[in-house]
Amino acid sequence: MGIFDKFSKLAAQLDQVRAFFGGFNVVIEKIISPTEAIVNGQRVILAGTNNYLGLTFDKACIEAACAAIKAEGTGTTGSRMANGTYHSHVALEQELSEFFGRRATIVFTTGYAANLGVLSTLVGRDDLVLLDADCHASIYDGTRLGGVPVYRFRHNDLEDLEKKLRRLREKNPSANILIVVEGLYSMLGDRAPLAEIAHLKEKYEAYLLVDEAHSLGVLGEKGRGLAEEAGVEEKVDFIVGTFSKSLASIGGYCTSNYEELELLRYASRPYVFTASLSPANIAAARAALRIIQERPELKERLWQNAYQLYGRLKELGFELGPEPSPIVAVRFRQPEKALKTWYGLLERGVYVNMVLPPATPGGEALLRASVSAAHTPAQIAAISEAFAALA
Amino acid sequence: MRREEIFETVREILAEVLNRPVEITPETSFEKDLEVDSLRAMEILAAVEDRFDITVPINVLNEIRTVGDLVREIEKLTEGDHGHL
Repeated sequence: MGIFDKFSKLAAQLDQVRAFFGGFNVVIEKIISPTEAIVNGQRVILAGTNNYLGLTFDKACIEAACAAIKAEGTGTTGSRMANGTYHSHVALEQELSEFFGRRATIVFTTGYAANLGVLSTLVGRDDLVLLDADCHASIYDGTRLGGVPVYRFRHNDLEDLEKKLRRLREKNPSANILIVVEGLYSMLGDRAPLAEIAHLKEKYEAYLLVDEAHSLGVLGEKGRGLAEEAGVEEKVDFIVGTFSKSLASIGGYCTSNYEELELLRYASRPYVFTASLSPANIAAARAALRIIQERPELKERLWQNAYQLYGRLKELGFELGPEPSPIVAVRFRQPEKALKTWYGLLERGVYVNMVLPPATPGGEALLRASVSAAHTPAQIAAISEAFAALA
Repeated sequence: MRREEIFETVREILAEVLNRPVEITPETSFEKDLEVDSLRAMEILAAVEDRFDITVPINVLNEIRTVGDLVREIEKLTEGDHGHL
């Protein structure tokens, strides 16, 4: 029995896919712009990134990152708790606190590490976590690292959430209960019913954490996410997010009105036992955060593109996620059909993400298209036409 | 609730969710004998939670392989106020 034998089923599945296509992993041979790349020697439109505001090639962001490398070097080579906290890390934390109007913010090295760092530490053995079933893997992994009891409710199902809150509260009258949901769910692009969830949170005296990874810069008048859009920011105790989507960098954060959040720095293993963000990543994220505030037209353009693609694919008869959003998920009951369409799109010069079970909810396969403010109307039309040819 | 009653209720739930009569013993494996996949497992779990008015932590799901495992877990969660685990 070899150590890799446990992967035999996975290896067989990969072989099947390879026999079908002769290749599976997409390598971006050359990235041309936020919306174009060379893949397999061919120019393709990127319709599967998280580059919602298209800022990866923004002049101000690039200049800020280059200046930071020249001034502060390529890496910090240390933990935030040792030699890895530079003035710029602290400045970004302050700027995020101001942006969200909250008292405390901690910056982590990735969005994944932010969820891991917060959930593994904030929730202790006497506390309870209640997750939306469709929450991101980093949320599940964070609770697993903390070794705490985890319960889940059906995705966006308020009745199920209340039923579980009621049962848990009855059995554990004084326990801290943390509800965890997302602003925009990454698979189907749907929002959480946050106003109703915030109401239940108060009714059952729980805490509420919202992961706004896909909604920062995308939802809310000021781009603060679903909590802002739903008008319930004061009821959301913790917001977690990432710099690797609309902020076009890498890194993550947690922000809260609880000043005690600061204590997590001393207890959170994913915060302490990794090197801090490089100066270039910090500088790019700071520049992008300023742009979110200064250029609201980017969000407008993003939504125009989202409505255009969603509307067109709906017309073509594709089965989509429940509501228009920058994540346009095309659902397939048969994974093989998804594979063929995905490959057909690539042949026609359009890259989208393919998500196969078990990563998908409900055992179906998804082609997860996502739009950017940087897509031109012509590019959105080209993406739609490629889908039309395969409908 | 007595173990026999829990077992009988679990048998009813399995017949409903799997849409066929099932013969089970405490040793019956969900995966090997009943061929329950992860989707069906979630349906069974939801039905169990509703019928017994309990909430099962997902941490224990990996440990539940047989009908007997599930019955013991339900027993634990329905007996008095023993906290959440």
